[in-house]
Amino acid sequence: MTSPTISVPATTESASGSPLLSIRNVAKNFGHNVVLRDISLDIAPGEFLSILGESGSGKTTLLRIIAGFETASSGELWMAGARIDHQPPYRRPVNTVFQNYALFPHLSVEENVGYGLRVARRPAAEIVQRVSEALDKVKMTAHAKKKPSKISGGQQQRVALARALVNRPQLLLLDEPLSALDANLRRQMQLELKSLQREVGIAFVFVTHDQEEAMVMSDRIALLRSGELEQVATPREIYSRPATAYVAQFLGQTNLLKGEVRSGLARCGALSWPVSLRDGPAIFSLRPEHLRLEGAEDLPFAVQIRGRVIHQAFHGPTESIRVQCGDGLVLLMRAPSGHVPNGEVSLEFSPADAIPVRESPERI
Amino acid sequence: MNGSEASVPRSPWLLTYAAAVFAFLYLPIVVLIVYSFNGEGVGGFPPHDLTLGWYRILFGDGAIWESVFNSLEVATAAIVISLAFGVPAALALDRANFPGKALFRRLVLLPLILPGIITGLSLLMLFDLTSLKLSLLTITLGHGTALISVATTEVFAGLQKLDRSQEEASLDLGANYWQTFWRVTVPNLKLPIIGAALLIFTLSMDEIAVSFFLIGRDNTLPLEIWGRLRRGITPEINAISAVIFVFSLIAILFWYRLRTGSEQDLSLSQELVATAVE
Repeated sequence: MTSPTISVPATTESASGSPLLSIRNVAKNFGHNVVLRDISLDIAPGEFLSILGESGSGKTTLLRIIAGFETASSGELWMAGARIDHQPPYRRPVNTVFQNYALFPHLSVEENVGYGLRVARRPAAEIVQRVSEALDKVKMTAHAKKKPSKISGGQQQRVALARALVNRPQLLLLDEPLSALDANLRRQMQLELKSLQREVGIAFVFVTHDQEEAMVMSDRIALLRSGELEQVATPREIYSRPATAYVAQFLGQTNLLKGEVRSGLARCGALSWPVSLRDGPAIFSLRPEHLRLEGAEDLPFAVQIRGRVIHQAFHGPTESIRVQCGDGLVLLMRAPSGHVPNGEVSLEFSPADAIPVRESPERI
Repeated sequence: MNGSEASVPRSPWLLTYAAAVFAFLYLPIVVLIVYSFNGEGVGGFPPHDLTLGWYRILFGDGAIWESVFNSLEVATAAIVISLAFGVPAALALDRANFPGKALFRRLVLLPLILPGIITGLSLLMLFDLTSLKLSLLTITLGHGTALISVATTEVFAGLQKLDRSQEEASLDLGANYWQTFWRVTVPNLKLPIIGAALLIFTLSMDEIAVSFFLIGRDNTLPLEIWGRLRRGITPEINAISAVIFVFSLIAILFWYRLRTGSEQDLSLSQELVATAVE
């Protein structure tokens, strides 16, 4: 593929140097079905990393490989200088919060939380102490004696969290832990989870299919697509500098402008603007919020387009407006709600906001 | 019950039919119990001279009680044997993949449909070959092996319903496979295992065909009753039957309570068992 000069954005490595977990060239296939190919990813101590992807992207498989419930077909896992991919799950210094919580139905809330400590044969007094601290931390002390079936989904979620954290793992794996909760509780738990993570200082690897959730919570996002890492970057970076067309479309909405670069000039249909890229076909991602009505702001240099409003939708603080610009080009624009343009409009954007992205070839 | 259901007109024939079915099922049992109190013996209608005499005779009858204890012994040992082989077999069928699995499944389940005569006769020939003397031991081995399939099917059904992520959670929390089996798998299989045990117990208690071939000098209860019937029926047989009936009823109620009220369970004792086994 002859895409213009874009290097994959360097992952923002933690300043502290050696990673907590190092995933090296991990691949997984079930028979002929390739689920993961050549995944390499480092997780820093104390980091909140989200593995984001559609269903079937392999994100849960990757998590299960880290936890030890699946074995990688090839590749290695290193943690604190030791190779862990040949160790059984119960020897790995990681704990997991399962999607359906997987609480033990025959044990009470406090017995669930104390399970790991009892298995590790900690002294009884220490178990009592740590269990009550953990329950306190997730505000479940009042329900300590209840059976899991007697508490709500959000409460089960908290118990599952306490059950994992009480063992003080270096790394906590979370498999779509919020997906079973309703929208309001979900937003509340996102914040709680994030502040809890800051408080305990344990690295979280958080699997989710919800791009907004990943953006709100993570230090870094690893976007997985059909078993391959598409981009690993901070939420801001991955949103504002998407590496590929797929990333740009998956995280938020965008306009993809397909065209070419020739002698320092990008051309997409009737539009053109100066760029410093090599010649060749090119794709640019232009976020809807970077399109403006002409004259709304003073831009030193703006690319201008005329078009006709064909659709608009009200989103509360903003409105999204679809503009037909000729040549079959339809642009999505997002503007503060209020004055709604109608009929013929003139739009503009700054060339700096048209981000060159790589093509995302279809994979089978 | 809501009103609309109650207002549906019922056919008197349906009622009669239902009554007839229930009478057919339960009238013999009622007659059996009533005549266990009949002073005149099993004949005569209506029963009169109501007495507890037959029960007094029953409780003083050493031979009957010996056969009852023999049967209890056999049934208990059969439970242990069939669970010891049946549970691992169920685990293998549920989890493992190995060549010949389909054949293994059929071989394990075959005794379920094999007539007792075949099982009994073949075991008799085997014990004859190995010159093992026929005794309660041979009956126990017969019941135990024939009922492995019952334990396997019951436990396998339980395993199919088990949420595997619980076991993964246990491994994840640092418990090894052995600890996970005793702390998570077995407590979750409590109902299927107890169910299998009760079923094996009742099947063993009234088993005749296999026992008939393998009996030594000591009688089991069904064979003792069978032997007495040849000498003529007395209300003492009714009395022991009534006792068995009441006992079965209690077992069924116990099982029912366990199923519905499984919330108040025995987690303390489970914990003790788990720690002891580790």
